[in-house]
Amino acid sequence: MQTVKMVVTGPYNAGKTEFIRSVSEIDVVSTERKISSPAERMVKETTTVAMDFGRITVDDDLVLYLFGTPGQKRFDFMWEILSEGMLGFIVMVDSTRPETFREARSILETFRAYAPTPYIVAANKQDCQDAWDVEDMRYALRLDSRVKMLPCVAVNRETVKTVLLELLYTILAEMETGQD
Amino acid sequence: MALQGNLRDFTITQLLNLVNLARKTGTLVVEGPSDVALLTFKEGKLSYAQMDHEDNSLAYILRRTNKISSSQYRTIRERAYQMSDKELGLLLINAGYLTQEDILLSIQQYFINIVQRLFTWVEGFFRFENAVAPPDGKITVRIDLENLIIEGSRRMREWERLQEEIPSLDMALKFTDRPGTNLRNVNLSVEEWRVVSYINPRNTIRQIAQAAKMSDMEIRKVVYGLIQAGLAEIVRPEGMPPPITYRPAFQSNNKVEQKSLINRLISRIRSL
Repeated sequence: MQTVKMVVTGPYNAGKTEFIRSVSEIDVVSTERKISSPAERMVKETTTVAMDFGRITVDDDLVLYLFGTPGQKRFDFMWEILSEGMLGFIVMVDSTRPETFREARSILETFRAYAPTPYIVAANKQDCQDAWDVEDMRYALRLDSRVKMLPCVAVNRETVKTVLLELLYTILAEMETGQD
Repeated sequence: MALQGNLRDFTITQLLNLVNLARKTGTLVVEGPSDVALLTFKEGKLSYAQMDHEDNSLAYILRRTNKISSSQYRTIRERAYQMSDKELGLLLINAGYLTQEDILLSIQQYFINIVQRLFTWVEGFFRFENAVAPPDGKITVRIDLENLIIEGSRRMREWERLQEEIPSLDMALKFTDRPGTNLRNVNLSVEEWRVVSYINPRNTIRQIAQAAKMSDMEIRKVVYGLIQAGLAEIVRPEGMPPPITYRPAFQSNNKVEQKSLINRLISRIRSL
């Protein structure tokens, strides 16, 4: 049995847990804890402190694991551990919170430093009225035009599938061009 | 869709860059602590600017740029207060007081000055309103944003360079092993001495900053100076585990097998 993994990362409350929950065949093994900081509690009640863990069985010989990283900076010691051996990673960005864009950029660069694997960026919460336009976000995140950035609604399985597929197409394309 | 946020998270320079690259048309409203600025763009170029709490009339702009005297300004305010800027501009040109170039250069200078003042705003909210044009009767220009962005970037560059030089505050410092270096002979500031007193491979830079009551920017500046002077160097803190060696994701090194694996994953996810 071979297992491969992808990592879903991004700032706090970007929608990583929901993203994995939308496609995982098992209930997501989540290490959520009540939030202690009053400021962060205004955004949501609980947060991931170690990792989220989802699974998609491909066939008898192959299983894909999806790992969600904790979004809060103080748990970033987990990032390096989770990134080990990943096929690629997805950076989730909350389209309605431009205050998190800089952090998203920093997380992206950190993961690129851990492993030069393919990645894509998902602009989550595109169904919200105050969501930024994807192209505006691309400029804001200073993403190269070659980096795929896709609209996403993490609670919608179809958009999550599209994001995962685009990452796999990117991995395949990079293998074919002989890049890392 | 909404293009709005807080200047703390998204600077004026970044906003101008976005407007420039996306060739946006519309009005950027920036609500600062003491004033509200309106910047209007047409296809990514600045066409108009105003501060809400400031006289934005052409007469005021011409007075500020010394194109007219104080008494001329007062006369215009008294006699031509009902005229729009465009009407006043035409009147001054036709009367031979000023040339069209005089007026346009004054307006450009004034708009650029407003943007330069905005670079100092670090607090406030912004929103971009698509297709909102300048008020009627106002004279518009076309100012490329590149030079303005470069100036804004200069101010940010120092901070970014420091972040690049010292990307993590979780590393420690140690004195360089350079024989003959005597700290007593080096001219250090009070802040630098405070940092020097905590240099030890057991203390992270972040801990030193906390102990010395310095901000991230301040500690980075001091540490950068000490490194450049060859007095200290960055080291992994004692007790920190070495970095994990990256292991490749695939069990097999065979490219065909790797591609087959990815294609199986694609098929499976499509079928979800």
